[in-house]
Amino acid sequence: MDGLDAAITILVGAIRAGTPLVFAALGELIAEKSGVLNLGVEGMMLVGAVVGFMVTVTTGSVYIGILAAVAAGMLMSLVFGVLTLSLLTNQVATGLALTIFGVGLSAFLGIKYVGTPINGLKPLDIPVLSDLPVLGPLVFGHDLLIYISFALFAAVAWFLYRSRAGLILRAVGESHDAAHALGYSVIAIRYMAVLFGGACAGLSGAYLSLVYTPQWAENMTAGRGWIALALVVFATWRPGRAMLGAYLFGGITIMGLHVQALGFEVSSHLVATLPYIATIVVLAVISRDATKIRLNAPASLGKPFHPSA
Amino acid sequence: MTPQLDLREITKRYPGCLANDRVGLTVMPGEIHALLGENGAGKSTLVKIIYGVVKPDAGEIWWNGSQVDIANPNAARALGIGMVFQHFNLFESLTVAENISLGIDPGHDLAKLTNEIGEISERYGLPINPHQHIHTLSVGERQRVEIIRCLVQNPRLLIMDEPTSVLTPQEVEKLFETLRRLASEGCSILYISHKLDEIKALCDTATVLRLGKVTARCSPADETPKSLAEMMIGSALPVTKKSTNRELTEEPLLELRGLDLPAADPLGTHLQNVTLTLNRGEVVGLAGVAGNGQKELLAAINGERLAPDKAMLRLDGRDVGRDGPEERRVQGLAFVPEERLGRGSVPEMSLTANTLLTWHHKGQVKRGFVDLAEVSAQAITIREMFDVRCPGVEAEAKSLSGGNLQKFIVGREILQEPEVLILGYPTWGVDVGAAAAIRQAILNLSATGAGVLIVSEDLDELFEICDRIAVIAEGRLSPARRTGNTSIEELGLWMSGQFEAAEVSDAA
Repeated sequence: MDGLDAAITILVGAIRAGTPLVFAALGELIAEKSGVLNLGVEGMMLVGAVVGFMVTVTTGSVYIGILAAVAAGMLMSLVFGVLTLSLLTNQVATGLALTIFGVGLSAFLGIKYVGTPINGLKPLDIPVLSDLPVLGPLVFGHDLLIYISFALFAAVAWFLYRSRAGLILRAVGESHDAAHALGYSVIAIRYMAVLFGGACAGLSGAYLSLVYTPQWAENMTAGRGWIALALVVFATWRPGRAMLGAYLFGGITIMGLHVQALGFEVSSHLVATLPYIATIVVLAVISRDATKIRLNAPASLGKPFHPSA
Repeated sequence: MTPQLDLREITKRYPGCLANDRVGLTVMPGEIHALLGENGAGKSTLVKIIYGVVKPDAGEIWWNGSQVDIANPNAARALGIGMVFQHFNLFESLTVAENISLGIDPGHDLAKLTNEIGEISERYGLPINPHQHIHTLSVGERQRVEIIRCLVQNPRLLIMDEPTSVLTPQEVEKLFETLRRLASEGCSILYISHKLDEIKALCDTATVLRLGKVTARCSPADETPKSLAEMMIGSALPVTKKSTNRELTEEPLLELRGLDLPAADPLGTHLQNVTLTLNRGEVVGLAGVAGNGQKELLAAINGERLAPDKAMLRLDGRDVGRDGPEERRVQGLAFVPEERLGRGSVPEMSLTANTLLTWHHKGQVKRGFVDLAEVSAQAITIREMFDVRCPGVEAEAKSLSGGNLQKFIVGREILQEPEVLILGYPTWGVDVGAAAAIRQAILNLSATGAGVLIVSEDLDELFEICDRIAVIAEGRLSPARRTGNTSIEELGLWMSGQFEAAEVSDAA
């Protein structure tokens, strides 16, 4: 394996390993931009992963499985939305509860599926294009969900900074009282943002259980939901930086594996820790401008809203 | 002529209070109509009903000759009603154009809107850059954004809720020109205020509210501020008695010496070389437009933020710049913060518990135990001496009206017999009677030899009770002038930061 091939392998691997984080982080970013802090990402991902897997096994179609995972993530986020937005429970406590609930529920649902083999989603094989040197594997050799993640990123960036709906969403996250006074329905907008976050978390879970490692294992998200949450904050709520952070995380994960494969004597625990530390350090360093943080951070994040005027 | 807006028998009841009781109000096209009343008179409720934020329990709204039902602010805007809120509904991290875009109906082009903002700002003398972010704007500029947001919709009625409390006197004059120009083009203006001289200067007609009822309708031009005030409070205006021409001694109690403090909040104000001396028995006022460093200065004086050097702040001859709030209190500093609920008091706690907040170093806590009987007795003393009207000292702080709670907080600090008392906006949102009582209490305290520093936006108030007045603008402090040697015009200029040329303090 020469240098170029190794680099391509690592890059492709980085994208694959980072994609679950891209989905989860973009979804949470939208929810947080509307002012809702949902700490239940990990739980929503796990439920998405297990439901996607179960439906794929039952129906034999990985595509139906993916759709089911999205629906499951949305259902989880709907529970969160009803509790925090309609019943005004504390967002932090409810989010934590959602994660704990998701961990337990997914383990319970998935008991019979541990070790079941499935045919996961395969990379696209486009005639000619996929066989091109360098460009083939880097641009044309991914699976469908990776292309969807690219499209999702473009859509989220366009929505937030170019569309009126995105402007309204940012306004609601900045000051829900002012948005309410101008006649916007803060609660309805937040419900939609939370549901979008749930759908993305479900998709993220599906990527793990149906594409990345096509199998179900208890707690298989391994803290990626938390990393996605951290990514959003350390990326100062900017989609581009969240995406960068996700791939950085993926890249270091893959490099760690390669380093081990090359026979270096490194503790596997240390290798497993490295992506988490490196991602947070890098993002914290590039995003330490206090003014920029203050301007991009949704000012009403985590604050309950009650239209009591 | 058909009235632009005609309210008939509007009634709105909240639990425990009748906010509007069969209120009638008529505004003609092109008329500037004042809605006058004390805090709690029902002005805000009435305005919210007109703007569709609150639904009335009974009554009719007639708009341009036909009866209408205004279900929400969008419906109000569709009719042609625009409103400039007292607390701006602006989004700090968005640009001027984005903020204006959010306040109008969808289906417009942001680039076209930007041009339109330019035209309106030129036509009505409201200079603004559409691409600037709100957080970089002064309060006066923010108000322009709110006004332009209304004007882009060609309103038939513009509601202004206490618009001048945040403006310098010069900005107020400019605003009036804009409003007169609008009225001359046929737009009606409903102007809410309790500043009587402004209403006399600007408004054609006035409706006076007291305790939810209309008590008078008049032409302000034919009235005096005194007669307007009496319609508003229903009795003679309380007068503050100032001991006449006291000789000021030069015995510094509080000295700020070149205080320099970068802002803790990136959008806050950097205090630069703030120098001020507060002498024994003196009342010094700090005027200025909100957001120019008042909050930062109050935090630096009371010890919430420490000065970089301990000698930058002296209290009665001791360097206290590096002492925390508790240490400064022990050394004779007392503080009334600008927020009554949340900083001056714990809203959910009783007055007794709130007494303990600042009295615990005055012998109310013995060997680690709270002497509840003593605390309760103290709370009762405060209540009686400062005429705090409440069911009892076990009442929750938030259940008191603004004026009564403020009297309680000021009383709590004054009874500690401080050497220096610092007050942030002590009469903001307080009714006329309570405000007069608070001013009198401040004067009485200074007569006993304490130094008092008041931060306020109300120039009339500062002129009434202060010996000297200084202005804070963009984190810098002007020289402090004897009250008799300055004027509202001069302070107005200083508020916009133009005091470099002013000679050094002519104090004492």
